[in-house]
Amino acid sequence: MTVTFYLAAVVAVAATLQVIISANAVHALLSLIVSLLAVAVVFYVLGAPFAAALEAIVYAGAIMVLFAFVVMMLNLGADATRQERGWLVPAIWVGPTVLSAVLLGELVYLLRTGSAPAGGAVVSPEPVGALLFGPYVLAVELASMLLLAGLIAAFHLGRSS
Amino acid sequence: MMAGLANVFGILLVLVITAALLTWVERRLLGLWQDRLGPNRVGPAGLLQVVADMIKILFKEDWVPPFADRIGFILAPAIVMAALLLGFAAIPVTPGIGVWPVDGVGLLFILAMISLSVYSTVLGGWASNNKYAILGSLRAVAQMLSYEVFLGLSLLGVVLQARSFDLRQIVAAQAGMWFVVPQFLGFLVFMTAGIAAIHRLPFDLPEAESELTAGFHTEYSGMKFGIFFIGEYVGIVLVSAMLATLFFGGWLGPVLPPLLWFLIKTGAFVAFFILLRAALPRPRYDQLMAFGWKLLLPLALLNLMVTAAVLLAF
Amino acid sequence: MYSLLKTLWLIFLHLFHRRETIEYPERKAYLAPRWRGRIILSRDPDGEERCVACYLCAVACPVDCIALQKGELPGGRWYPEYFRINFSRCIFCGYCEDACPTYAIQLTPDFEMSEYDRRNLVYEKEDLLISGVGKYPGYSFYRVAGLAIPGKDKGQAENEEPPFDPKTLLP
Repeated sequence: MTVTFYLAAVVAVAATLQVIISANAVHALLSLIVSLLAVAVVFYVLGAPFAAALEAIVYAGAIMVLFAFVVMMLNLGADATRQERGWLVPAIWVGPTVLSAVLLGELVYLLRTGSAPAGGAVVSPEPVGALLFGPYVLAVELASMLLLAGLIAAFHLGRSS
Repeated sequence: MMAGLANVFGILLVLVITAALLTWVERRLLGLWQDRLGPNRVGPAGLLQVVADMIKILFKEDWVPPFADRIGFILAPAIVMAALLLGFAAIPVTPGIGVWPVDGVGLLFILAMISLSVYSTVLGGWASNNKYAILGSLRAVAQMLSYEVFLGLSLLGVVLQARSFDLRQIVAAQAGMWFVVPQFLGFLVFMTAGIAAIHRLPFDLPEAESELTAGFHTEYSGMKFGIFFIGEYVGIVLVSAMLATLFFGGWLGPVLPPLLWFLIKTGAFVAFFILLRAALPRPRYDQLMAFGWKLLLPLALLNLMVTAAVLLAF
Repeated sequence: MYSLLKTLWLIFLHLFHRRETIEYPERKAYLAPRWRGRIILSRDPDGEERCVACYLCAVACPVDCIALQKGELPGGRWYPEYFRINFSRCIFCGYCEDACPTYAIQLTPDFEMSEYDRRNLVYEKEDLLISGVGKYPGYSFYRVAGLAIPGKDKGQAENEEPPFDPKTLLP
């Protein structure tokens, strides 16, 4: 299981790197999907199969499809790729690298000192549901309100007037 | 360990061979329903037609169009095959046969794999760099995203009744009565959504040959096309197996051994899908969307609400 | 919704219908006598060629697949020196048969004439000529036509009156 975890983690990190440095938008998107799936595997190994399945269904299976849809609709050709290459100069990397290094430092510090729950008990769907509709019901309702508002707005904008 | 490996490769082998054989079965059955005979020349009753087709398709030129996106073009057929075959891993064939229960969320795993299979259509259409192909992928995306909603929602009734996402427990919960009786609405919605999700006729709008030449696989030929083709049949088997497992009690049944019951039920659904192809015309695109959002979604929600209310009340 | 179910049921019932397929090489379909297939040249009841090389078939042919050359026998009978039909062009429309004044060219109920080499589809006169009368037994052009040939003078054809001599006044 530990091997699986580290393998998936490496895949996730590598894929995410690919997302950042890839000049072709669709290839970047594909890498992002791989990254999400790798994260799903990490979830699964950590004992959260429900979260893993939802990650695969919702993020990789639905939201990313929409992203892909939009990117493909934009009809980005070789020009866009060249433009993107032009932007990816070393000077651009400095800021993000510093920020990421800070985050990495924090992460290493937490991992060395904190008590991270590694390989705990398997969380089945029922506790997740009970939590969502118990202590966190307000957050769920707020999120659903937001989504409803988005839905209505999309419907309004999409009407051909 | 050995038994596990035998399970894995046995199921894989049987599934792939079945999917390949289904090309022949479909043509024979379509022939029967159209008062024809269908392929009956190669081998006994035309059974070796599959082999002939395979030999032919394998010897075709493996061609990537120069204007295509190479990575995506090659990746696309692999995705559908891999995703749907992986999805089958969670299906419990009999109490003893089955690859992997996925820690009690087998149902979600299958749904995830079905939803991932849409990337093959999307990617294939986009990478082909062809206007018909991209139109096909656009349709595929909209159709998949819409019908995935009901695909999941229609199954929640079953999950509520079985109180588990685990397919073995769902089958076990049907010992008294098959879920098709209390969950008839869910069954109808799931069947429709399942056909749409694997874009099988009559919902094959992504590859509607009368308007989009061949839709997303317009540029494909040779074994890459073959993988798309076989992948579609794997999808049919997968959805049929899901229908049999979720609504018709999987391997449960009197007298006959469990394996045979599972095969009979799955086979019946496969034949039914072929009958649908033989009988029904393809709807228009807006009809498909309206049918989904205005009829199936309310039905699925109604089914879910009634099931939940009944379960809470009693 | 009801119509969908009805369609499904009716199509399902086709499972028990009779198959329309005729398994060709083993069982052959019935072809009517006037079916338009392979073209032949027939002979009259006396065994002579019916074709008089009038070129009407070649003119009528919409795809120009008929080629022939007139020849003349010592007695005045016309015949084709060569008669060539390119079956890789022929569309089996039957216009040549309609145009033929002597029933010489006829279409037969036979279509099994595939070849591996395209040149083999060009049929010469020897390939076309049959020894029978085809669809019109008993018909002989020269027996009803007014042309004088050896053994049959003017006025001796069927239903033909003796030649009228305009230079005499006698009735």
